[in-house]
Formats: sequence, structure tokens, C-alpha cells
Amino acid sequence: MGAGQPGDRERPITMTDRTLTEANTPDPKTADSTRFLSHLELDQPDKTFLDSNELIINMGPQHPATHGVLRVILKLDGEKVLGTECVIGYLHRGVEKIAENRTYTMFNPYVDRMDYVAAVSNGLGYCEAVEKLLNIEAPPRAKYIRVILTELNRLASHQLWLGTHALDIGAMTPLFYTFRDREEILKIFEKYCGARLTTHAFRIGGCQYETYEGFERDVIKFLDFVPPKIDEYEELLTTNRIWLERTKNVGVISRADAIALGVTGPVLRASGVKWDLRKAQPYAAYSDFDFEIPIGANGDTYDRYTVRMEEMRQSLRIIRQAVERIPEGPIMAKVPKVMKPPVGEVYHSIEAPKGELGYFIVSDGSTQPYRVRVRPPSFVNLQALDVMVRGALVADVIAVIGTLDIVLGEVDR
Amino acid sequence: MVAELKGQYGSGIREANSYLGQNYMIVDPSIVSELLQILRDREQFDYCVDVTAVHYPEREKQFDVVWILYSFPRNERIRVKTMIADGDSVPSAVSMWATANWLEREVFDMFGIRFDGHPDLKRILLPDGWKGYPLRKDYGIIQQDQEWVQANLGIESGQ
Repeated sequence: MGAGQPGDRERPITMTDRTLTEANTPDPKTADSTRFLSHLELDQPDKTFLDSNELIINMGPQHPATHGVLRVILKLDGEKVLGTECVIGYLHRGVEKIAENRTYTMFNPYVDRMDYVAAVSNGLGYCEAVEKLLNIEAPPRAKYIRVILTELNRLASHQLWLGTHALDIGAMTPLFYTFRDREEILKIFEKYCGARLTTHAFRIGGCQYETYEGFERDVIKFLDFVPPKIDEYEELLTTNRIWLERTKNVGVISRADAIALGVTGPVLRASGVKWDLRKAQPYAAYSDFDFEIPIGANGDTYDRYTVRMEEMRQSLRIIRQAVERIPEGPIMAKVPKVMKPPVGEVYHSIEAPKGELGYFIVSDGSTQPYRVRVRPPSFVNLQALDVMVRGALVADVIAVIGTLDIVLGEVDR
Repeated sequence: MVAELKGQYGSGIREANSYLGQNYMIVDPSIVSELLQILRDREQFDYCVDVTAVHYPEREKQFDVVWILYSFPRNERIRVKTMIADGDSVPSAVSMWATANWLEREVFDMFGIRFDGHPDLKRILLPDGWKGYPLRKDYGIIQQDQEWVQANLGIESGQ
């Protein structure tokens, strides 16, 4: 299973499978999506089971490489994966049900607990959705603070992804590097709002806290500190032979498949779709800043790696522009003490580090939302796991789970 | 686009409007399947963002089923909504967008709405043997399937 073994080198299975996938990929209009379906029919005894080498094994829910409590049932022929089925829900807390029994303001901290690695993004999406429903807009200064913190959080999320993903594949050093540097971001969060992980940084209508004394200085210091560190990660991995062997042509997903499966975020972009909600439907203050959307060509694990690395640099670009141009003024819009949005519904989505994070909120005119639906990027992206690993090796499953960058708190809600 | 669709389906499209700058359509359950197909093929809504539902227990047709679609070429979103009674089913969109698979399973899990033609409709977040549909309004917030908890977890209560 190790990376450097001689038998691993040619990867005949993966390559064949990839060629097949490409040949079978018509445009999405005519795509027959039934070929994506995977259910192993575990309750029906397989007649050929005894004669074949097929084996069904469980990976997780306590397996460390599944990034939480994900259970994957693998159907194997030797080392080759014939099919997978994900069993999720171990972390289900009924967030959407809780929302219906809380006021709009009271539900705000709960959203941090979904994607706890990028709590700030969750809060931003929720606050903006409710603001839309209330027909109010956060003041410009609040929007800039939101952008700075959200982009810092994107960086922290990508760093955590890189560290754990590399660790899964067998490279231990990046974990220490990324956690060392992520600490600086968490320190800024802690100084700003007192919390490091579940920050609850924003309020409906703006931000609760004004930036602390020296906030800009801290952020700029961080902006100067981190680019050489990102180069350092890249030095460790980008041209590392083992890394290339483990990631190139592994977990390939074509452009058409990615769209059909509703995959978003870096995974979609690595498959060559230049689509980022920050550009496509700008929210907060994103239309004010220059930045690029990095895309990949092959849709493999390596491309997803390069896309995310470039995204980190682009985030730094955005933060620098935001810090330099941050306007003066109030940080809270005029918000009624008791929030009663008019009857109606709204869908608002943002580009979270993992992809499109959407909130569909239905209001019945009372102080509590009638229904809150969260469209979690990790949940939808995880569905692509089967297409990406079928025909690959067991070790590739680990690489693909890592590269999808899922957070089970968000998958299960 | 709306005018064209209205011409085609007449009263099948009950309402096509926009609220807070977001377009939505309320349609008859009978034309949902055809309409989604047209939206995907002719109107280029190639990405199914979400499938979800809302429960209104006091209504005769208790459930709203909502499809949120997005078009990459047009950079546009649309919501398609239909109303169904408890026990009715809606056509599955899995053959159009593969992503609908898990999304529909979640709606089934949480609301008990069946999707016709779904290849593997079973619970996704809750365990298979669970009784009740938590996101229905008549399901209490601390309610649990005690029988399941006692049988499977070996504890008196999960609370």
C-alpha cells in the first residue's frame, strides 16, 4: 500500500479506468446519470461471492484517515475498488430542526458548529441570508471586516486540509508546518472576538466588534509572514516524487461528471470549470477586489492540490487589498431589536472554502425561522467519492477522501 | 423563458415570480418531471444546487418540495416549487442530475416524501430502522425513537 513500492508505479488499473471515464463522458445534456449510482446491495447475497475474490470491508467510522466519523463500505477485488457506499449521519445533530425552534439571532452561533474548520464562512452565509430576508445591508466597513476574516479563515481551512491530507498520504512534516502557521490566524481571531474555532464573529446586520487596536498591523504582519511559508509547503510537496505518484491521475473526475454530481469549490475548479461564487455572484465586498480564480486541467488529486495552493495566495491578495482600503464608519446597520422578517423565502449562497454553502430560509413573519435548509458543500462533494475511486486502489481511497476536503460536522449537520 | 413555458403548460405553472431578486416558479406536481427536463436541456440549468422540502401541517397539501437550480452559462438561479399532500410522491430527478441522489434521500429521511424512480431511496442521516420524520412540524424537538435507541444503543434514553 505504501507509495514507493515497485508494484505501485504503473498503476494499470487507475489508468485504464481513467481512459474509460474520459471516453464515456458525453456532454451533461445527454449524460446518463444512472452510471453514477452506487449501492452495493449488501442485503442481497451475491451468488458469485464464494467463487470470486470479492471482499467487502468497512473503512471507518473510527478510521483516522476518514477525517471524522465517515464510514465507507468498500467492495474490493484484491486491492482494486469495485464500488463504495458511504454511511453517514454519525454526527447528525438536527441543526435544521434546532433552527426552527430558535430565533434568528439565537441560531447564529449554531452555524459555526457545522463546518467547524471554517466557522467564519458559515456565519457569513447565514448572516447575509437573513439580512437579505430583512432587506437590510451591512455597512461597508463591516463588509470589509467580513472579507478579511473570511479569507483568513479560508487560508486556515486550506492549511488544515493540506496538513491532514499530506499526513494521510504519508508526509508528516507539512502537518507541523501548516499547524504552526495556522496558529497565527487563530491568534488574530482570538484577539478579535475571543474565540479561536467557533468564532461567531458576525451578527445579523454587521459585526459585533470593532477591530481591536493594532488589527491592521497584525494582519499585515501575517501577510508578510505567510507567503514564504506557502513556498515552503510547496517545496516539500509540489515536485516530490512520492507526492506526485500518490496524487497524479488519482481520483480523476471529469468536468461533465463534476457538474452532474453538483460538486463545487476547488474540486470543481480543478476539473476545469472556472466558477467561483465570489466572482459569479459577488457578495459582501468581493466585487471591490482583484483576484484570480485558479483552475486545473485534469481533475485529479494533484490539480486539486495546486488549485488550493494558488487559492491561498489569492486569498492573501484579497486580504491585503481589503486591509489597505478598509473604510471608516459604522459596523452595524440599523437592525430591529426583535427580528421579524416579512413572510417569504430566500436562498443565499457563498463560496465557502469547500464549495457552495447555501442557506434556504423560509420566514412566516414570526421571530423564528419557519425552515432553514443548509446546502452543505461537503455533503454534496462526498457523493462524488464513488465515481472518483472506482477502479482505483485502496490507498487511493484515502487520498481521495483527503482531497475532497470534507468536514463531517457539515456532512451530517 | 417564463412566457414560453407558460404558453406550453398554461395553468400548470401557477405562479412565476421573483422575490428579493430571486426567481421562482410554483408548478403542478404533474408537470414537474417534464419541466425540470426542459429546464436542464433547453434552458441550460445544468447544475442542481439543492432539493429540499418545507412542511405546512395546516394545509391540505402539506408539503412544498423545492428544487434549486443554477445555470453555469447563464449565471442564473431558479427555484421550482410544487405542493403535494402527505403520502403523495414526486418524480425523482436522479436521471437528470446525479447529485439529486443524496439530496432526495435526505428529503425522504427528514420528511418521508417518496421520490418515484429513485434508484435507492433509503434513509441517509438517520439509521435505517428509525421511526418518524424529524423535520415534520409535528415531530417534537427532543422527540426520539426510544425503541430504536433502547434496542440498538443499550441505553434507556438518548436524552
